[in-house]
Order: sequence, then structure tokens, then C-alpha cells
Amino acid sequence: MSEYKYTVADFKSDQEVKWCPGCGDYAVLSAIQKAMPQIAANSNVDHSRFAVVSGIGCSSRFPYYVSTFGFHGIHGRANAIATGLKTANPNLSVFVMTGDGDSLAIGGNHFIHAIRRNIDLNVVLFNNEIYGLTKGQYSPTSKLGKITKTSPFGTVERPFNPGELVIGAHGTFFARSVDAEVNLTSDCMVAASKHDGMSVIEVLTNCMIFNNGTHKAYAGDKETRAEHTITLRHGEKMLFGKDMNKGLMLDNMKLKVVTVGENGVTLDDILTHDAHEKDTMIHVMLAGMKYPDFPVALGVIRDVEAPTYEHEVARQIAEVKATAKIKNMDDLLNSGETWEVK
Amino acid sequence: MENKNITERDDVVIRFSGDSGDGMQLTGTLFSDTAALAGNGISTFPDYPAEIRAPQGTVAGVSGFQVHFGDHQVKTPGDYCDVLVTMNPAALKANVCWLKKGATIIIDGDTLDEKSVARAGFKTNDPFTELGIQDYNIIIADITTMTKEALKDFDMDAKSVVKCKNMFALGMCLFMFNKSLEHATEYINNKFGKKNPMVAEANVVVLKAGYNYAHNTHAFANTYDVQPADLPKGRYRSINGNQATAWGFIAASEKSGRPLYCGSYPITPATVILEELAKRKDLGVTTVQCEDEIAGICTSIGAAYGGHFAVTTTSGPGLSLKSEAMGLAVMTELPLVVVDVQRGGPSTGLPTKPEQGDLLQALWGRNGECPMVVLAASSPSDCFDYAFMAGKIAMEHMTPVILLSDGFIANGSQPWKIPSMKDYPEIHPPIITKLPEDEKSFRPYKRDEERLARRWAIPGTPGLEHRIGGLEKDSKTGALSHDPKNHQEMVNLRAEKVARVANYIPAQKVEGDNEGDLLVVGWGGTRGHLESAVTEMRAAGKKISLCHFNYINPLPHGVREIFAGFKKIVVCELNEGQFANYLRMSFPEFRYEQYNKVQGRPFTKEELVEKFNELLEK
Repeated sequence: MSEYKYTVADFKSDQEVKWCPGCGDYAVLSAIQKAMPQIAANSNVDHSRFAVVSGIGCSSRFPYYVSTFGFHGIHGRANAIATGLKTANPNLSVFVMTGDGDSLAIGGNHFIHAIRRNIDLNVVLFNNEIYGLTKGQYSPTSKLGKITKTSPFGTVERPFNPGELVIGAHGTFFARSVDAEVNLTSDCMVAASKHDGMSVIEVLTNCMIFNNGTHKAYAGDKETRAEHTITLRHGEKMLFGKDMNKGLMLDNMKLKVVTVGENGVTLDDILTHDAHEKDTMIHVMLAGMKYPDFPVALGVIRDVEAPTYEHEVARQIAEVKATAKIKNMDDLLNSGETWEVK
Repeated sequence: MENKNITERDDVVIRFSGDSGDGMQLTGTLFSDTAALAGNGISTFPDYPAEIRAPQGTVAGVSGFQVHFGDHQVKTPGDYCDVLVTMNPAALKANVCWLKKGATIIIDGDTLDEKSVARAGFKTNDPFTELGIQDYNIIIADITTMTKEALKDFDMDAKSVVKCKNMFALGMCLFMFNKSLEHATEYINNKFGKKNPMVAEANVVVLKAGYNYAHNTHAFANTYDVQPADLPKGRYRSINGNQATAWGFIAASEKSGRPLYCGSYPITPATVILEELAKRKDLGVTTVQCEDEIAGICTSIGAAYGGHFAVTTTSGPGLSLKSEAMGLAVMTELPLVVVDVQRGGPSTGLPTKPEQGDLLQALWGRNGECPMVVLAASSPSDCFDYAFMAGKIAMEHMTPVILLSDGFIANGSQPWKIPSMKDYPEIHPPIITKLPEDEKSFRPYKRDEERLARRWAIPGTPGLEHRIGGLEKDSKTGALSHDPKNHQEMVNLRAEKVARVANYIPAQKVEGDNEGDLLVVGWGGTRGHLESAVTEMRAAGKKISLCHFNYINPLPHGVREIFAGFKKIVVCELNEGQFANYLRMSFPEFRYEQYNKVQGRPFTKEELVEKFNELLEK
């Protein structure tokens, strides 16, 4: 059992939270302050071993609002800064707070390479499909045709789906939640912290000011979410709907929404979620499901094992050190070819 | 070694050149190591094209390696060569500008066929006359044929046989300068002996064949001897600037007790620093080859926040990409060293050629009032000392530091009297391990009164939780602050912290007398050439001294007093006058003459002496 018994209050900072009223980011803040005591207890982690790193954007103000070690970086670079911190200091539990602009546009390169390396960061990607801090320009996740200040006639760019990007970059953990589902977000954070390697949690957040209701059609309220999202749980049938009678099955290599009890469909036909499956095919299909044809997938979609970067770096150093002839700088200076001048 | 005319020489410059794949770098290195082992003073410089393997036999593909060895401590790889070894006519064409009048040219006669000569861009079949060097001491040796002949009993394919021809050239040169074959033989056996004994044997056979050929042929009737230099006693090794830089960082890590982290992205001519550090897992060095230059510095900033001594290495284009993150390091007041091994710019410029064009970028190339400490190394071996000092300053003053090197000293190598770590100072980073009783929560921007350095609180230390970042912070609480007066105060504090580094570095020195007619001012990698020129002119009775800078920002104490002692000051640099203008700003009371060159080449002693004499006569 862990000796660390913290409460939500232990992770609140003395700084006034300055997001707009009604911003989805408040809910994510509640979720992390709820998750951190659980993570501390589960992993036996002292308060001082949490570190929160961010880039630039509304969500990136996050470090000031939690009482842990925090680093507010520059635009797009949160994943790179966190990579250095975690590699140097593998004992830390490092959270990266980032947005769709920060990690998928200006910092896209660091994002995919952190995933590729499988460094043990817990990345919370706030996806509000807009640039909020610069007051309303389209982002790489804005829906095609979206009218914003920089796309007055609608965007002509196709958006990224963060889940497809993560899995495409050999990601080992991907989860999705909605700002309003604080418990689900918190559960995803705890699951991410248990996962060794890079975890990405996409949280669909609402920007009241510049993109109000962008996720409303599928995630607006409880009833809508019941009908248009599916919360995946490892080992459980992929069922959704307010009566939990709709489900997903595979048909001709494609996902299909069916109703149990109709057209001869039985519960046995419904897919069972296997988050630990190494093959990416189903996970990509699940992450890629779009409203209105499919329910939007929530919960932990992918959670597979792979060696972590910081562990491999430390292992190599330890292995080389164990048999090394050069033990200090003087040894190094005198190694190789030397000669005496008499 | 009978029947020979041995001539004594003070120093000799020999240049090996051939196709990029001809093994000229190895040939040059083996020659220079042999000379170093024999006690000569040495300085070397590789001159290779940006292309890895340009078309064979063309001027674009010529790779060279110059060795300057002498009976004294030589300071530069030499301007012009006494002996040019060329493996084909293209190498001759590319290097003819580096020949001393009447120099010796050794060329592979097998490559003087019509096709090869045309390929090298000659219009006639007589390249020597075409270049106007027909009266030079030209030794045409059929190196390829003789290599093949020497290896006729070896069961090797034709390509592998021809690959050995560089050893034939080396053998000839070792004979010509009365050097032993021992080192080269040992090297070959160590390198190939285990893996491929036949290749080792073949190379040794060809090496000896070259040596014996030179012994027997009339062309080498005159040989030369360069006596050992009067070097300080002790154990020596050869070191190049990039290796010395890497090792200097490891030394600073050892003295500070902070593990070394290097986040970097490969870029010519800085890559070797990352490569050297990657080898040193035995000393606990962590290297991360990042996805780009920005990640290089940002992971390093993360590692610095995490308590490591962090460095990132780059060249000019990469320094541009790192600018924003350097500002973050200034703002968060974390220790970090950024190495810029300068090359010809702007943009991609001349990737393999030296220049000093990044000085002002290093000083000011960031948004906002963003002062950083700037140091410049000035020889291959002193890269070790300045890398060490960069680390010491970064960690003890809690500031990012830029260390400037350049392609010339980074790739150049020289013998180095191996230092002992006990002679280097301790490094005391201001690490805090416990929340002081008078603080309710940790105040990240509280400073020590002398240095103005803030304290280094490493994540994982209970009670020291704090937040830092790129936004301006309150000077007392560390909370976000947009207060106008606080911003002014923080800007002043960051500037003053860097300025006070001047109290912890050596005062500026002058070489030569403190007064005179002309003061030569330089900085960084031009030192060897400036020193050689000034030494020669002083020996000729001229009232000239050298004031060479390694500490650029802050400038050391004592500069004004030195400048006041001279009738004229000339600032020499491989750019269009960046340091001269910096001095005009820092010490406007003096008049500065300039001598500038941006040709992707170092100064030559000859042109410097000419310029200085002109200034003295005016």
C-alpha cells in the first residue's frame, strides 16, 4: 500500500484560474486534480515527483494552476521540453498539457517523434478545434469548411484526427474523453499514468468564445453522448446507446453499427474491445469513427506494451558503465594513443 | 639510410589530396601522428568538400588534409605547402593555389592519361605547364601500377587492391621526411588485423613498397629532417576542436557532479561533438539525437530544469532555429551551453568552410532584452578549456552561455599536453535541497547577492515545487506578473547578472608589450594565424602586440587600459567587422581599423603581415 494519501486540495495552486467562464479547460483541471492523488497512491509517487509541462495556448496555462513542479514552455515545444525532463529524470511523473495548435501544428514534429520514441509522458491534448488565445483562427483539427477569422470563406484544409496520427506514429496509448465527462477524463489520466510509454489523451473541449458547440452534435449533453459516443473498455463488448443495445461489428473489413436483436444480430456478433491488441487496424478504425455515421469513440482505445525511451537510454548507459575501462575524466584524457615528451 | 642528402628544416607543410574516396584524411592523420610521436610540433587541418562522394576525378570531389610540423610549437596548419601529394590531376588543379614557390609535387603518374586530365578540366595534356608550375619539383610516380604490382600475389579483387594506394603515397612521404613506418604499421594492424588480416597485410606491404620505392629512386635523393620541438615535458595526445569541446563538457559535468545531457541535431561542422558525447556512456553521458534543432535545445532546457548540465550543439543555421528557445533559457534562468561551430553563411552558405559571421547573432539574435554570456574558443585544444568554462559559468551563474567555435579549429587538430583534472577548479551549482525556513513556498527568482544567480530547485525535491516559464515573473514571488516596474526590474536583473560574470573571469591579456605602434585585436579561431604573424613581426623589431579575446560577453576587465597603450588598433576577423563594431559600441573612445576576410578560408600569415606593415607605415 502506498504511503501517499493526497486529496484534490493538495494539487491546487494559489494562482487565480484565468480561463473564460464556461471554458472546457476547467473540467480538465478538475479531472487532473482528481487523478493525481490516485496516481500518487497507485504508483507510490510523492507530490514532488509530479511535473506538468506545457507549450503555448489557453490549455498551456495549466502548470500555474496545479501545485506541482511546472514548466510553461514556448509554442509547440512542450513535448520536446518534457522529453528532456523525463530522459534526465525518469523517476518523475510527467504530464504534458497541450492543445491542437500546440501539438498538431507548430509542435507537430515533436509530438510525432515523442510518440515514435515511446517516452513515458502523459500528454493531455485539449482539442477545441480552434486557436483560442489568438482569438479565433482555424486549427489543424478544425472541420473542413469551418468559417473562422482566417478562413472567412471556410477552410479548404482537411483536419487531422489526433487518434489516427498517434497510432500512425506507432503510439502505444491513445484515449479520448470529453470535457464534461470529468470522471472519464480522470480515469483516462490514471490509465495513462499506469501505461509505460507515451500516452495521449485527447479531450474534446469546448471554447465558449470562439468555437462554441463544435462537439455539441455528438458530445453536447448526456443524452446526445449516449447515442453518439461509445465508451470503450478493455474486455467489454462495444455497446452504446441509451439502452445499450447498439453495438459495433466487423463487416467486410469495416466497422458497422448494428442493433442487438435486430436483423438477427446477437450479442455474440458484437466486437469485444481489446486495447492491448498490438495490431493497429481496429484501433485506427475506432479512433477514426466520425459523427454522424458512427459513435465517436471515448475511453482507452489503445494501450499496448513496448520498451520506453528513457528506460532504454538508462539501460544502455548502465550496461556500458558496468564493463567500462574508462571510469572518469582522467582515464578518458589518457586513453587511446598518447606519447611522452621528455 | 645511406647515400642521402639530408636537409634540416625548421618546419614543413605537407598537403595530401585526392578523391573523396582515396583515403587522404587517414593518410594525413597517420603522417601527422607519426610526426607527433617523433616529437614534432603539429597542427593539421582537413579540407573536404560538402559532397560526400562527388564524381570521381573531378575538382568538386577533391578532399585534402594538411599537416604542418616543425621543430617548434606550430600554431597553424600552415598557409602554403612545401609538398603536395596528389592522387590525380583534379587534386593538382584544386590545390595549386596552396603551393609555395618551387614546392615538391608528388603525383600518381597513372592518372595523367588523357581522359583523367580532361576530366579534371585541363585543356591540354600537360597540366603542369598549363598551371605554370613546370619548373617545380615534380615527382611523377606510377602509384597505382606499383600498388598493383606489390599486391600481385594477394588474392584480392582489383578494387580492394587500388584502395591500398594511399599507403604507397604515405610510405613515400615517410621516407622523404625520415620518419619511421612503425606507427602506421601498428595502426593498420590494429584496425584491420583481427577483422581482415589480409587487408592489413596488403596495406603494410604497399606502405613498405612506397617507402622502398622512394629509397631507390633518384627523385628522392634529397630528404628532409625536422628535429623534435622543444615542447613542455609530459604526456601528450592529439586532439581536434570538436573532440576537445565534447570532453570539456564531460569535465565540467564531473567537477559539478551534474550528469551531462546533450540534445542535438546533426549539422556540419558541429556533428562530431554529438558523436563524441554519444560514445561516452561509460561516463554517464546522455545524448538524444533530436528530430530537429529546436528539439535539440528544448530537450536540453527540459534536462536542465531536471537538474542536468545540459548542452546543445549546432552551427549557424541551427543557432537561428534555436533563437526562441534561447530566450526561454534566459527567462527561466537555467544553466545551458549552446555551441555554435561557425561555418560560412548566410543560410546554408559554405557548410564545410570556416567563418566568424555569427558573432552578432550570438550576442543579440533573440527577441527582447535577452543577454547571454558568449565565449569563443581559439584553438583545437583550448576548446576543452572554454567548454569547461562555459559549463562553469552556466551552472554557477544560472544562465545560458553560447560557446563559439568554427569549422577551422573544430576540425583542426594539434598535440595537447594532457591535463590533470585536479588542476581544474571545482564547480558549485547553487542547488537547493530543502525549503528554507523563512519561505512559505519556494521562490524561484530569489538570488544570491553577489552573482545574482537564482537557485536551482530540481523536480523531485519535496517542498520545492514551483512553476517557471517564458512569461515574465514577479521578482519576489515568482508568480506571473505584467507589472511594468517589475518587468523593468527583471530586465535589469538579468542584464546585471550577465554583466557580473566579468568579475569571475580572467582580466584581458595582451601578448607582447603593453605599449606600441599597433595592437592587433582578434577573437576566437583566428588566434593561431594572428599570433604567428605578430610573433614574426616582433622578431623583426616591430612594436606590435596581440590582444586576443575568448570572453566576448561580458568583455573582461582591463580592455580599455590595454587599448590606450597603442597608437593604432586593428581588429581582424573572418567577417565584415562584427567584433569591431561591438568594440566601437563598448569602447567608443578608440579608433578601430579593420581587416576582414570572408572567403571561407582562414587568414594567411603572409597577408596579415603585409596588412600590419602597411598600417605601421601609414
